[in-house]
Amino acid sequence: MRRHGFLATLASLLLLSLTASAAAQAPIKIGEINSFSGIGAPFTGPYKQAVEMAVEEVNAKGGVLGRKVEVLFRDDKGQPAEAVKQAQELVSGEKVALISGTFLSNVGLAVSDWAKQNQTLFVAAEPLTEAITWSKGHDHVFRVRPNTYEQGRMLAEKAGKLKYTKWATIGPNYEYGKRAWETFRDRLKQLKPDVQVVGEHWPTLGKLEAGPFVTAILNQNPDALYVSLFGSDWLAFVREAQKRGLFQKTFVVGILLGEPEYIDPLKTEAPEGMLVTGYPWYDIDIPAHKEFVARFTKKYDHNPVLGSLVGYITYLSIFEATRKAGSTDTDKLVAAFKGLKIETPIGTISYRASDGQSTMGAWVGTTRVDARRGVGIMVNHEYVPGERVLPSDDEVKKMRSGN
Amino acid sequence: MVLFLIASGLSLIFGVTRIVNFAHGSFYMLAAYLAYTFTAVLPLGPTAFYVAVLLAALATGLVGLVVEVGLLRRVYRAPELYQLLATFALVLVVSDVVAFVWGRENKTGPSAPGLAGSVRILGQLFPSYDLALIAVGLVVALALWWVFQRTRWGVLIRAATQDREMVAVLGVDQRRLFTSVFVLGSALAGLGGALQVPRQALTNVMDTTIITEAFVVVVIGGMGSLPGALLAAMLIGVVDAFGVLWVPQLSLVMTFVVMAIVLIVRPWGLLGRPETQARSAAGAGTGGARALGWRWAAAALVLLVVLPPWLPRFWVLVLVEILAFALFAGSLHLLMGTGGMVSFGHAVTFGLGAYAAALLVQAAKAPMLAAFIAAPLAAAFGAALIGFFAVRLTSIYFAMLTLAFCQIAYAIVHQWYDVTGGDNGLLGVWPPRWLADPLRYYYFALAACAGGLAALAAVGRAPFGLTLRAIRDHARRAEASGVDVRRHQWVAFVVAGFLGGLGGATFVFLKGSVFPNSLTVAMSVQPLVMVLLGGVGALAGAPIGAALYTLLDTVVTRYTEYWQFVVGVILLVLVVAFPRGIVGMLERRSG
Repeated sequence: MRRHGFLATLASLLLLSLTASAAAQAPIKIGEINSFSGIGAPFTGPYKQAVEMAVEEVNAKGGVLGRKVEVLFRDDKGQPAEAVKQAQELVSGEKVALISGTFLSNVGLAVSDWAKQNQTLFVAAEPLTEAITWSKGHDHVFRVRPNTYEQGRMLAEKAGKLKYTKWATIGPNYEYGKRAWETFRDRLKQLKPDVQVVGEHWPTLGKLEAGPFVTAILNQNPDALYVSLFGSDWLAFVREAQKRGLFQKTFVVGILLGEPEYIDPLKTEAPEGMLVTGYPWYDIDIPAHKEFVARFTKKYDHNPVLGSLVGYITYLSIFEATRKAGSTDTDKLVAAFKGLKIETPIGTISYRASDGQSTMGAWVGTTRVDARRGVGIMVNHEYVPGERVLPSDDEVKKMRSGN
Repeated sequence: MVLFLIASGLSLIFGVTRIVNFAHGSFYMLAAYLAYTFTAVLPLGPTAFYVAVLLAALATGLVGLVVEVGLLRRVYRAPELYQLLATFALVLVVSDVVAFVWGRENKTGPSAPGLAGSVRILGQLFPSYDLALIAVGLVVALALWWVFQRTRWGVLIRAATQDREMVAVLGVDQRRLFTSVFVLGSALAGLGGALQVPRQALTNVMDTTIITEAFVVVVIGGMGSLPGALLAAMLIGVVDAFGVLWVPQLSLVMTFVVMAIVLIVRPWGLLGRPETQARSAAGAGTGGARALGWRWAAAALVLLVVLPPWLPRFWVLVLVEILAFALFAGSLHLLMGTGGMVSFGHAVTFGLGAYAAALLVQAAKAPMLAAFIAAPLAAAFGAALIGFFAVRLTSIYFAMLTLAFCQIAYAIVHQWYDVTGGDNGLLGVWPPRWLADPLRYYYFALAACAGGLAALAAVGRAPFGLTLRAIRDHARRAEASGVDVRRHQWVAFVVAGFLGGLGGATFVFLKGSVFPNSLTVAMSVQPLVMVLLGGVGALAGAPIGAALYTLLDTVVTRYTEYWQFVVGVILLVLVVAFPRGIVGMLERRSG
């Protein structure tokens, strides 16, 4: 605890004005807030590793603007209030240039709102809720990962070409589950007006008692099932569904379920033939991506997951925006992020000026078990860039008008 | 049936030792991970899993033995609630040990060899493993029944459950009895956890997910009653399985609604009995309120007024957080310290206050001051409603009914998207410009929270507070001398709600947003831990505990993601060193 913070600040201000050139060599500090413990924790470890890799790589090349980059990691414990506290500490105490990270949607929203109030730049890495960039969007927030709407829509475009008309859904009774289904269903009905919904199931997040739900779905006898479960709920659901033969009778569409985060823990029990969004890191034919995978695997001795890719791209974006801004001044960084184009391991992406959403896309494909590696993989996959599913600037303007 | 195994262990432990064992879910989780590893390691082919289950249950029993002998024995003589603090610290420690040893990623365990398929009964497929679990549950139930009816040890346990002092008077070695019961209970939790492996993913949060549910089952059945636990486990199983399909909107609270109804109709659970010992749950001293007198309070206040301008901005904000929690914990102290009523659902006051303030500012565009007046009123109104039912109950049943209401409130804010924003919460609840500076907001918060604490102190010393204490120490005698027991408790509940709501309002303008997790069990446990840490014997314990816990948490979190382990170990040390809390220690020194 610094009891003489005020005096120290005064002194350092004085020093700063005297030795401005030396200060230019001080590291660029970035505040990274994420759920390293608590309910988001199963997914943030490989994210953090990729962030550390990106920082090491940029520092090995001399840093950004001639300055080393230093990331200060803080644990939000999966709680929005805790994340706000960490943001306060990072900005007022550590004087970081910007805040980045978050995994859970509510944590992302809380930090975003704090950033808006305090005029601090927030680069949201993984939270999926559309609200971050749309209904609750503002100038100081940018988001890397494709949101719920985009991914639901990607799946609908594919599912609309299939023969299935009787649909059911199961998902967590959270905004994520509801929105994942609504965006999918609405687009599917546009593409295929004869679609009919025979059942919607909203079990409690993290407490799924899978058996009765599987039975109920079987009794409704849908042709196809849309699943937005994830994490432990999804693993429990797969076990029960397999015992009761659900996957043999019903075609399954699963949002995010091709991501290594969710398919790897199932090992050879991963259901085959599902239409999913995900990240087939083992099968992406871009040299830069192959190098990324090789470097990550060599360094950490396990494969990257989607979080790793997102973490890496988040920090590449931050570095590039800082270069473009030529400084760590918030206003200049915000201006630099708008329309920013960067080269990533998966090709060029940009940040839209209208809403701060990146155009990073996702892969849509079909699941299969790879007996050799002993895990589920995606085959026949296609990369769908964000541009193809994002709403136009005018639509965005309408959604953000309520702010 | 897994739920029955866990609940029966919990019920046994409570019945005999009176320990509210929060760590029971941790044993369950530990056993699941152990079974996972044993299965992978044992070179036994298909039987490995079954051997692993037994080994995991035994190992968990052994852990229970170590915990009971090494830790709990040291705190039996402390006021009862301090054992709760010890088991809470254990939850933190075990959680991080599991995260450290097995990692934070979700894991899929092995299937049960030979039972991976399904059986067709009446045209429906039933997984063979589920049927096997039912059989195991029934066998365990029968075995326990036999032990309790036919063995001397079992008779002693039944006797101790009904009146443990009488058993002690009769010359039974209590230590051995307590230890053996704790080991058996832990092994049952272990068996449940290990058997759950083929049905569920292994996660770091299995402990907290199961523990509330286990308490619900135990309380519905009646604390200490095994047939009750069996009945309740089946009831909850059915409700969980089919209720969510009939009324999906209620899926979050179905079990809690059932518990609330059962408790309102039968205040001691389905098969429980009224408690013979009507001693106060808190067991707090009587003269405690004077231990830290107004001089100390005045000195603290002077420091809090003078010091902050010299503190770095972040620590000013931490102070605001401490103030909000101090009032929140102080309001709980009125219930559990002065009133002897332990609430497991006190977050409802904090959450209602926070939501009321946020809604007024957001939807009605009201000024912050109006929100600060309306928030405590809304919380008091909620407390009046809950208190009306809750004060009819005592001890753990009271605690669990308040928990049920808190959970119902949680479900409402979680599901009512149009008004509360659901799980995406309410954003943009910041102080107006003239208070936006952290230091200014700090002084505002200081005025509100110090005022609230002063009001609590006044209530505690007023005739009303003294009557409340009389009720705590001997409800029947108080009633006999003409005191309207329930009315007094009800009023205390409303006052506590009012001030808890004020704490919530202070908190929401600090954070700028509010989410349903301000109404979770974890949020209810927080002030409980603070009050116990500071010392339940005097109101001063609440702010001291709030400050200590918040500072500890803030500092430790910055350096390690295994903060739960560090905080847990420190709490354990404190519990053993100061079994009456910090205030209790100061009291002994000065007196």
